[in-house]
Amino acid sequence: MQQPGTVSAHPTGSLLSAYQPEVTSYDEMVDASGRLRPAWARFAQSWDGLGPARLSQRNQQAQRLFRENGVTYNVYGASRELERPWELDPLPLLFPVADWSRLSAGIEQRARLFNALMADVYGHQRAFQSGVLPAAILFQSPGFLLPCHGIQPTGNVFLHWYGAQLSRRTDGTWQVVSDRTQGPSGAGYAVENRIVVSRTWPQDFEDLNVIRLASFYMSLRESLKALSPRHGDNPRAVLLSPGSRSPRYFEDVYLARYLGYALVEGDDLTVRRDGVFLKTLGGLLPVDMILRRVRDTGCDPLDLRPDVKTGVAGLVQAARCGQVLLANALGASFLETPALHAFLPGLCRFLLNEDLMLPSSPIWWCGDPDDQKVVEERFSELLIRPAFRQRPDQGVESANHDDAPPLPLDHPERWLGGPHIVGQLSAVERQSLWKAVGARPEQFVAQELIQSSTAPVWDGDRLKPWHVTLRTFAVSSGRGYRVLPGGMARVAPRMDMLAESVTAGQRSKDVWVLADGPVERVSLLHSQTVTLELQRSTNDLPSRAGDHLFWLGRLMERTEAVVRHLRCIVVRLTSELQPSGPTEMAVLVAALSESTGLKLDKWLQRLAVKSPTVEAEVWSEIRRTTRSYLTDATRFGSLTQTLRSAQAAAAIVRDRISLDGWRIISQLTFRMDDNDVIDLGQALLPLNRLLAGISAFHGLCSDSMTRGPGWRFLDIGRRIERGLQILHFVNTILVDGRVEILPQLEAMLEIADSSMTYRYRYLTSLQLAPVLDLIIADETNPRSVAFQFATLADHVRQLSAGRSSHAINHEQQLVLEAQGRLRLIDVDALCEIGGDRKRQALKTFQKNVTNELMNLSDAIMHTYLTHTVAPQQLGGLPPELEEDER
Amino acid sequence: MIYSIRHETKYRYSDSVMLGQNQACLQPGTFPGQSCEDFTLEISPEPVVRRPWTDYFGNRIWYFAFDQPHDQLIVTALSRLRRDPPLPIDPKTSPGWEESRDRLRYPIDQECRQAVQFTAESPYVRYLTEAEEFARLSFPSGRPLLAAVIDLTARIYTDFEYDPTATVLQTPTIEVLRRRRGVCQDFAHLQISCLRSLGLAARYVSGYLLTDAPPGGTKLVGADASHAWISVFCPGRGWVDFDPTNNCIPQHRHLTAAWGRDYGDVAPIRGVFVGGGRHAMSVAVDVVEVKTFETTL
Repeated sequence: MQQPGTVSAHPTGSLLSAYQPEVTSYDEMVDASGRLRPAWARFAQSWDGLGPARLSQRNQQAQRLFRENGVTYNVYGASRELERPWELDPLPLLFPVADWSRLSAGIEQRARLFNALMADVYGHQRAFQSGVLPAAILFQSPGFLLPCHGIQPTGNVFLHWYGAQLSRRTDGTWQVVSDRTQGPSGAGYAVENRIVVSRTWPQDFEDLNVIRLASFYMSLRESLKALSPRHGDNPRAVLLSPGSRSPRYFEDVYLARYLGYALVEGDDLTVRRDGVFLKTLGGLLPVDMILRRVRDTGCDPLDLRPDVKTGVAGLVQAARCGQVLLANALGASFLETPALHAFLPGLCRFLLNEDLMLPSSPIWWCGDPDDQKVVEERFSELLIRPAFRQRPDQGVESANHDDAPPLPLDHPERWLGGPHIVGQLSAVERQSLWKAVGARPEQFVAQELIQSSTAPVWDGDRLKPWHVTLRTFAVSSGRGYRVLPGGMARVAPRMDMLAESVTAGQRSKDVWVLADGPVERVSLLHSQTVTLELQRSTNDLPSRAGDHLFWLGRLMERTEAVVRHLRCIVVRLTSELQPSGPTEMAVLVAALSESTGLKLDKWLQRLAVKSPTVEAEVWSEIRRTTRSYLTDATRFGSLTQTLRSAQAAAAIVRDRISLDGWRIISQLTFRMDDNDVIDLGQALLPLNRLLAGISAFHGLCSDSMTRGPGWRFLDIGRRIERGLQILHFVNTILVDGRVEILPQLEAMLEIADSSMTYRYRYLTSLQLAPVLDLIIADETNPRSVAFQFATLADHVRQLSAGRSSHAINHEQQLVLEAQGRLRLIDVDALCEIGGDRKRQALKTFQKNVTNELMNLSDAIMHTYLTHTVAPQQLGGLPPELEEDER
Repeated sequence: MIYSIRHETKYRYSDSVMLGQNQACLQPGTFPGQSCEDFTLEISPEPVVRRPWTDYFGNRIWYFAFDQPHDQLIVTALSRLRRDPPLPIDPKTSPGWEESRDRLRYPIDQECRQAVQFTAESPYVRYLTEAEEFARLSFPSGRPLLAAVIDLTARIYTDFEYDPTATVLQTPTIEVLRRRRGVCQDFAHLQISCLRSLGLAARYVSGYLLTDAPPGGTKLVGADASHAWISVFCPGRGWVDFDPTNNCIPQHRHLTAAWGRDYGDVAPIRGVFVGGGRHAMSVAVDVVEVKTFETTL
């Protein structure tokens, strides 16, 4: 039946008429009679109008935007899936606002119910004492954390942030598949998807009155602020992340930026006498609120899990004293207990005096004799899974379990994994499973197989009906909860591919809730209610971030040095314009290794034989070595390996680098087309591109980064590395007196990027003394060692400016000493060759300055960055900890 | 009877500890049969924070923290306890063990509901098929619960050898079961595992044992060690203690410090510290009887 005023119609165009969803599932776009549902009619017909070619174009545009925003970048090579959970489908999932309101009322009630339940189990425990909640559900659940009992959070809000995983049954009603209460994943992806998909369909996005997401995140921020235990208007909030190794790190960074919170890890925080503090370069700063994305058990090694290294010791104590707001409160993992689902209708009536509006997918707890009977009758159509063990949130962890050999059928642990789809088991397995259930019924729940609806997905040339599940979120707001007007949908060609984890499924979709009229525009950056206090660069950089930026600076500079060095070699090996003898090349190539001596001596000995065949062999070894330093990722110090380390370092401090900077670093690559050892010439172009990319990053940093401690540590790393590299080249190329000096001086100037200055000053007369002066002592040459010390002197002075002591500190003293030595340098004396045919004075000088630079580096680390010592346990750890709980 | 207990724990660190946060579970509880009349916790160096809280089991826990460098930590708990021996039990009149199990599986009264938490697995105590098989011999169908537990206690006592070199804190119960040797903590965990694997409720009790003076000599100071035993829940009667290490039902010589699901809940001192290098620990416990009451039952 067509409602008046809607534009529902049978599809006419070729795209839509080819769309044939299964009759057994509910389809989001077309109804059972094949008509377009009203909310979809207009948008779907515009796809038809565009036709496959232009739809493909839109899809490509969306994919490009998605990539550029960094969603699909993966850091750790092999574990690709870590940062690339799924692709984005360009077609959003549509809901009329009336339908959405019904659903969101159910989610709101569920969030309120969970909050009341948490207040109850961690407080008076009426639900359990009255028998509404079976004792076993409470005490068998690893999520019920005894040390958290009795902690009373501000405003009696335990659950600030809740995620529901939903699917639609065949009859069109929604059900909750699982609940997420420990920093639910997906809210950041939802924003990311929205940005990309709304840009892909700008006109439709406006015309369809899509309700904006931003105000939801504003209410999360406002709600936390209102509950903050201290510091009225300007509380310090942090987002606690498990770190860059976590598959959800992308989202942590994204959310922290979007909410304007500092992104921290457990090591950044410390509990002191009056609360939780952030360890920064400027000292300890009090923290008022922690929005946590770390699971309960990873939060406090003192009270929760002694074997977990990540948390903040004493956090439970701080929460107990009301010194810090934790969102969500510790112990929220209890709400994720699978068996709890079976008792939600009763708990809702008991705790809220309301009927549960949004049901869970049908579930039976075998610990209840009546439920166990139902399960026995319907056994073959059900899915059996552990009642209390929570499944890890990531596909990565569960993948590990697949590798282990299956336990024997009668092993008590055999069936405690799961879920097991009974219909897929053999008769013998079924019997054994049922026996396991009978032996410990309270350890199992049974569920119906999940039903889900289908929705259109763009499949290259046509629309295909894929199965869809929806994750959406609620945040506490005053007395109730506010539900995100949208969410993140995941789609897969088959239902069974949509497991519960957020990373399962093959693609994700944006979710559009269509208002009846024009919608208000909001952005997080424009808050009209509060006048912001002006802020300048502060010292609130976490020490850990300073440490990582320091290493990023060093690794980027090291990459640059490797590129310049290799380019210098490749040019000489492939061009006739700069002919070099085998001896000179041997010296240059041997310098690629940290320990040059042995290999070089062997080469030089063989070349001294003056046999053409031996010389040809040495040439070929030189080429092979060069090749391996270009591409062998397993070789220490190779270009590929150095570049990867630099990118990994950047990934760790991704939240401290601008989007543009991140884009540049993530796109740096070095590739050679084939394994042709002879033709090294093709390496030149990619080397030059790489150098341009690195320069672009440095340029961006010096042009756009505020001169706060973050920039300073990045630059300190860079200066120290540059000084060390120049000194390394001096040692490996210029100290040896056996080799003809002129080609080495050419190479040295080239690697130190100082050829132009030299020629300008001295024309073509190439001599050692002026070269040494230029690359070591000249404070005006940005590539000289002296310049690095001058810059470091400034950094060290600025860093110590905020510190109490007026006397010059250790770092300043070290810099001054080194600068003195460099200013008093006698370059002519350094040029002399001693009896062992080495420039011994130069070598000694080089060694001394290198040591001074290393000592300075150590001193800076010690003064500013050494909060990062791992804590120890007093006493022992429990013996048998399960892998999936770690 | 009244006892005074001195429990001193000393840690020495090879490097200074910069920061430390600790919890002490050393204050003996008060419950029917025992009352703690006086308690002092001396901590050296003086911590910057020190505050007590009550854990889920009712034990009094002291939290204390340091933020100044120190290379030695001494915690001394001084308590004065009044202990009355529990009423004698009649194992034959206790409910059958299957009935006890079923009353925990489908609890209808408050006491049983609370006891359910001690039927679940905990970090140191897992359900073990081997432990269940070992226990089965003492639990023939229909046997009264307490009679069965007395038998199980005796079998652990006779089948297992007390051997302080055989195990460490991390030794899993299954290993203790296979090697047939261990210390009081191992035997307590083993017996709890046996009972929970059968669906019964059992908890871990930490405390002190008053050892006798050698004949003709004076009692040695510091010879008493902290001890561990178990308590089993008997529906309708409450908790009854058993000591598998000494094959007895604890009387006035067993002084209770705390109870929990396993050792992890009641470890005398737990902590996390930064710095310190390697550390060495020494413990000295001294229990003295202060006054004897003539009791007529």
